[in-house]
Amino acid sequence: MNDSDTPPATAQRRPWNDPKVRSLAFQIIAILAVGWAGWSLLQNTFENMESRGISTGFGFLDESAGFGIIMSLIPYDATMSYGRTFWVGLLNTLLVSAMGVVAATIIGFIVGIARLSSNWVVAKLALVFVETIRNIPLLLQIFFWYFAVLRNLPSTRQSVDVGGVFFLNNRGLYLPEPLTESGFGWVLASLAIAVALVVGIKRWARKRQLKTGQLFPTFRVSLAILIALPGLAFLITGTPLTWELAELKGFNFVGGITIIPELAALWFALSIYTASFIAEIVRSGILAVSKGQTEAAQALGLQPGTIMRLVVIPQAMRVIVPPLTSQYLNLVKNSSLATAIGYPDLVGVFMGTTLNQTGQAVEVVAITMAVYLTISLLISLLMNIYNRKVALQER
Amino acid sequence: MKKIISFAAAATLAGGMLAAGSASAATTLESVKERGNLKCGVTSGLPGFSQPDDKGNWTGIDVDTCRAIAAAIFGDGSKVEFTPLTAKERLTALQSGEIDVLSRNTTWTLTRDVSLGLNFTGTNYYDGQGFLVRKDIGVDDAKQLDGATVCIQAGTTTELNLADYFRSNDMSFKPIVFDTSEQTVQGFSSDRCDVLTSDRSQLAALRSKLDDPDSAVILPNIISKEPLGPVVRQGDDQWFNIVKWSLFTQINAEELGITQDNVDEMKKSENPEIQRLLGTSGDMGEKLGLSADYGYRIVEQVGNYGEMYDRNVGPDTPLGLERGLNALWTDGGIMYAPPVR
Ligand SMILES: N[C@@H](CCC(=O)N[C@@H](CS)C(=O)NCC(=O)O)C(=O)O
Repeated sequence: MNDSDTPPATAQRRPWNDPKVRSLAFQIIAILAVGWAGWSLLQNTFENMESRGISTGFGFLDESAGFGIIMSLIPYDATMSYGRTFWVGLLNTLLVSAMGVVAATIIGFIVGIARLSSNWVVAKLALVFVETIRNIPLLLQIFFWYFAVLRNLPSTRQSVDVGGVFFLNNRGLYLPEPLTESGFGWVLASLAIAVALVVGIKRWARKRQLKTGQLFPTFRVSLAILIALPGLAFLITGTPLTWELAELKGFNFVGGITIIPELAALWFALSIYTASFIAEIVRSGILAVSKGQTEAAQALGLQPGTIMRLVVIPQAMRVIVPPLTSQYLNLVKNSSLATAIGYPDLVGVFMGTTLNQTGQAVEVVAITMAVYLTISLLISLLMNIYNRKVALQER
Repeated sequence: MKKIISFAAAATLAGGMLAAGSASAATTLESVKERGNLKCGVTSGLPGFSQPDDKGNWTGIDVDTCRAIAAAIFGDGSKVEFTPLTAKERLTALQSGEIDVLSRNTTWTLTRDVSLGLNFTGTNYYDGQGFLVRKDIGVDDAKQLDGATVCIQAGTTTELNLADYFRSNDMSFKPIVFDTSEQTVQGFSSDRCDVLTSDRSQLAALRSKLDDPDSAVILPNIISKEPLGPVVRQGDDQWFNIVKWSLFTQINAEELGITQDNVDEMKKSENPEIQRLLGTSGDMGEKLGLSADYGYRIVEQVGNYGEMYDRNVGPDTPLGLERGLNALWTDGGIMYAPPVR
């Protein structure tokens, strides 16, 4: 707009006098220097290790591992490679982390909202929960669940038996395992169609509500579709699913799905510990929403539950999400305390046994650190995307 | 917390390797002498092998092996600083220079000897892996263990032997892997596992720690060879020789009948072998870089191999282990040391 504001013509300016070019150049130089320093450190480390007779390199990943692992989400036995043990450990870490994040979020939200309840007993109970749990070291809580609680379950022979289908003892919880037969693909396909239908109905109902104000019983209809469609396919294809029950053979139950006490203890401890922090985050998030919002909603005649769900929480999320992300990151990293009770996570299996059997500490530790870094960055990324969605849109 | 320690050990290793110049300045012997004590890596507590009492005094056959080295260097077997290490931490601790010698029931294997930059100096206990089971499960042979849940300690040869043994016998098992022997025993005694497996000497030690040792038995099967001995870093031959020959000296002393009690008398012996060992003739000590009477000091302070064995793990101790393979070659065992000459 204002021509006199633009700087004088830069034709005779040298590129090194241009602040933009200069700062770009400095950044490139900085990156190169850091990269070079990192590379030569690594190089130097490997050379020194070589000269001291310590094997280096990543060749060991292809060698046969030769040790057993109690729990694996992918097929594994001792004849497979060290590289495979990495994946077994990683998946176990991801499993307990994912279970922990879900449970911690649910418990955390419930307790956080309960803290603000107008019911005195509920509010005080929530307070006691938070103040107790978050002030006891996590490792102690893991030991508590493992040694104090789960070890007191009955022994294998005295298992708790629920109708010959579920069994519970100090070696784990045994569930029936679904075994699919041919034709089960149709059931899955019809489930996918049902999900697509439900999404469509939801959109249509919303549009109609906006236009005409008419409500549609979306939930009930969706539920019916989700059950009826795959159910029908299941019957038509001749019930292509059987359940394998666990049964006592020799020392232990075999067959079925086993949830080992190490997983359960770690899961309980991680979820409850992290939930106590999430509860505080949720509480502060809710308190950050101005009272006027609630009062306005009340004036419109909304129910307290609806106010919480539709007015307060969506606005509170803006305050909640960033610290919630840190809690998720903490949970994932804390899951490495697994080794203390023998849950075969990445640190236990890969940085534990694999490192020790191969002796390749530097490589294994480097890989493990890179993995935790990647997981953490991914979580941050996802949460940032979500945060952008819930953040205040300036209009 | 152990995890943090082992991580720290790995990190120091990496750090040390970064900094290490081509030739390290001082030899291990020089730095030990300058420091005034020997840094010796041991277990965090295994009766008979290395175990601290409530005043922090360490005892055990692995502890005495270190004391013998200190006696050879300083003429004083008490100049040792013990560092408790879990199985997972021990080798990194030695590689990174945190300790001068590792004496922690460590099995001599090809991989450890060849690819870790370490050297085994000998064997102070010939062992083999076995199984400890509760009496009430009614098992009297390892071949009956198909499907059993097994407690093991992480970072041991035990983990590999176990998988090999079950696989070659077409049996399945469920391993529960703990970081410390404390937790491993707890896992076993609280019925998380049917079986605890380890070297048989350690089973005897761990069994003695149970509330009711008679409730468990060690099965007769021996499924592996576990020669346990001291380890040093590669690349310092003088240090390697000192550690190696202090154990050999103890074994030779037993063979020659030199004991803690008669060692002063033996100094007057006419037997040239005894003279060389005790340093009353020859320059054996000098060749090693030690004082002439290093052999005398070892026996005077720690005793010969047999005394060390009987005191810590022998039939009169809670472990109650017969000499067996660990008897001298002259007594039907395989304990044998090259001559001092
Ligand atoms: N000899 C085997 C096993 C040595 C080992 O660590 N044994 C356990 C027995 S359960 C032990 O001594 N633990 C004592 C500790 O961790 O302090 C090896 O070198 O890998």
